[in-house]
Amino acid sequence: MSDATFACKKSHSEPGPGDAGKTGSWRVLRPIIDVTVCIPAKTNKMACFNCWLYCPDGVITRTIPPTINYDYCKGCEICAEECPVDAIQMVEETKLIKKEK
Amino acid sequence: MSANTTILNLPEDELVHPGNRACAGCGLSILYRVGLKALGRNTILVVPPSCLTVLQGLYPIAATQLPCLNVTFASTGAATSGIIGALKAQGKTDITVAAWAGDGGTADIGIQSLSGACERGENFIFICYDNEAYMNTGVQRSGTTPQGVITTTTPISGKLQQKKDVPAIMAAHNLNYVATGSAAYPLDVYDKIVKAKTISGPKYIHLQTPCPAGWGFDPRYAVKIGRLAVETGLFDLYEIDHGTFRLTGASLKLLGKTRRPVSAYFETQSRFRALSETQIAAIQTQTDEKWAEYERKMAAE
Amino acid sequence: MHVIESGNVAAANGVKLARAQVIAAYPITPQTPLTEKLSEFVDGGEMKAEYIPVESEHSALAVCIAASSAGARAFTATSANGLLYMVEQIHWAAGARLPIVMCVVNRGIGAPWTVWNDHQDSISQRDAGWIQMYACDHQQIIDTVIKAFFLAETVSIPVMVCYDGYLLSHTYMPFDVPEVAKVDEFLPPFTPSYALDPGNPANLNTVTLPDIRPDVRGNMAPGYMEIRHNLHVDLRRAMEKIAEIDARFQKIFGRGGNPFVEPYRSEDADFIAVCLGSLSYQLRDVVDLLREEGLKVGVVGVRLYRPFPDQAVIDTLSNAKGIIVFEKALSYGNQGALFADIKAALYHSPQRPFAANYILGLGGREIKTEDLLKTFRDACNLNDAESDTPKWIGLKL
Repeated sequence: MSDATFACKKSHSEPGPGDAGKTGSWRVLRPIIDVTVCIPAKTNKMACFNCWLYCPDGVITRTIPPTINYDYCKGCEICAEECPVDAIQMVEETKLIKKEK
Repeated sequence: MSANTTILNLPEDELVHPGNRACAGCGLSILYRVGLKALGRNTILVVPPSCLTVLQGLYPIAATQLPCLNVTFASTGAATSGIIGALKAQGKTDITVAAWAGDGGTADIGIQSLSGACERGENFIFICYDNEAYMNTGVQRSGTTPQGVITTTTPISGKLQQKKDVPAIMAAHNLNYVATGSAAYPLDVYDKIVKAKTISGPKYIHLQTPCPAGWGFDPRYAVKIGRLAVETGLFDLYEIDHGTFRLTGASLKLLGKTRRPVSAYFETQSRFRALSETQIAAIQTQTDEKWAEYERKMAAE
Repeated sequence: MHVIESGNVAAANGVKLARAQVIAAYPITPQTPLTEKLSEFVDGGEMKAEYIPVESEHSALAVCIAASSAGARAFTATSANGLLYMVEQIHWAAGARLPIVMCVVNRGIGAPWTVWNDHQDSISQRDAGWIQMYACDHQQIIDTVIKAFFLAETVSIPVMVCYDGYLLSHTYMPFDVPEVAKVDEFLPPFTPSYALDPGNPANLNTVTLPDIRPDVRGNMAPGYMEIRHNLHVDLRRAMEKIAEIDARFQKIFGRGGNPFVEPYRSEDADFIAVCLGSLSYQLRDVVDLLREEGLKVGVVGVRLYRPFPDQAVIDTLSNAKGIIVFEKALSYGNQGALFADIKAALYHSPQRPFAANYILGLGGREIKTEDLLKTFRDACNLNDAESDTPKWIGLKL
């Protein structure tokens, strides 16, 4: 019975990524995984993945090797801090950007 | 409880989109991500204003992939009642209804409606993420801010009063399930939420979520600090399952062991800078007494 | 079926016939017997609904907001301070475009405490974005409740059905309880445009920014200002629907008409009294008596207060010499709210009558027919210059 010309004129948000844009731009330091040290990468076994568990933004994959989505990684450094073998180094974005150029 | 979930069998499905507005290193983000995995897609969420409102996205884009009703600050408990009533009236009985509220929305402005919904025995899970102040408005004291903490409304001397013990208040409602959890132990939280889904009636889960901006620490230490709160015996992981209290996970492992001094926790965060040696000693004594009680309780069983 | 019952019982029967699915209930005088009656219907198995006995009025409307968002037909009722305790939720329900129906059993608001009738409670919420209808007797209460659900669900705007505390809520009058089959024919089950659904997730009432933003498909979505503009435009458009719905109701049930204003002997009247609620029926007696004295007077009861039926007001009032507005509420520091609205409506009419404002009956102060007679008679001799400041009737200074 609801009249379509009256209906649904409210704040109705749909799920989608990047509400805040590419939050990778917030990052000052970039986490880089050293695959020669990272446990699953080095042993080729599904193991550890502390970085995946603790990543607040869900931008790390539970894969061999783990990968990081830099479009959205905010650079909080929790992955580097929680890595039991210090396989994740935080590198200054400015240096990396210069190098990439 | 049987902690059977591991990093390897935690569900892959991500229910929170990246690129949301939560601060880098947000403790809530860690548990929201894992908590929604536990709740699963057949869930309707209720969220009052809080950091989570911002995290889930600004209209018309939502970071949360579950249906969610944003409600007024004081009405979370009642809103869950309304959803449950509507679902019952339509014969939809398999949907989980869960509320996610901050500490202010739970312990302060939200407590009347939460208490009402619990008294009515509604079948829902109420999750309080406790970052121990009104963070979304810029770090003002709340009922769950610990004693001595500097906030923008306790700017010099720190908060004079003690933290409100919300899980104890909820336990006094004779709920079938009350539990605590921490952002440093996401798998423990996952298991508790999964367990709560199997229990009827109101369930209350209280989560400590470290907040880099509000607590004054580098985001990289969010998990470390959560862990320290548990290891110093200041924030304890437990569950009260049908009236039976038991420590769980990392807190259970502390029984009979020497805990780290509470000062180890306080010195990691600038919010504790007003604490005097005397205050720290008093909190240490209180913590020791609380743990002596735990030891007695567990020995009696 | 004809019964002799109270106004609250009339409302409860309307809610039952409308098959409300979720009822939020919190007691407050003089609304309480309505809530009690509904609990009796549900507990006794006469009515299938989720009856949720909440712990406050704020929660009562929270339950309705959530239930309506999840696709159920929702009802609650309140009075006075209960209504004011809901205020945040009242505005929320309108902004969220939820077709909730709420009875407001009119009572004065504290301080000091009063449990008796006036209109200050619902008048204070006139700007919330709800539709406000006022019933004048028991038949109108039950009929308006049923119509209100249809209207709310048609236009996705909540509706307040207001009626006088005690004067209607607790008095007994004969009225017809419509047949179930006819009500079912008139009012089909609620089919929301969107209901919270894990199979089709949406996040409702999220934070908006000052400007518009693209949605997930890249199309610009309306922003806060557009959503609010739509509410206003749709409230104005709702008047067409109100007329249509009333006509349909009349066709099925054989009664109705005048959903905007209810005129009585006003067609040829020089002076017309205007008011809200049951007072308009008391004024009919006064009009009859004054007509016997030879005064050409009439009365117009305003049935729909928001959206304000300007055109109906112009049509019924603009040919008179004078309009006398009797009000049980006041915009403190100014004048009666209805008075201001009536004057605004008549501003553009070619022939503008003078208008006078009388405040009466606050906190249940008795409204004596002899006072109304004298006031109305005297008001017919007023001129424009002395008429604008509200005067008080029954005041004992």
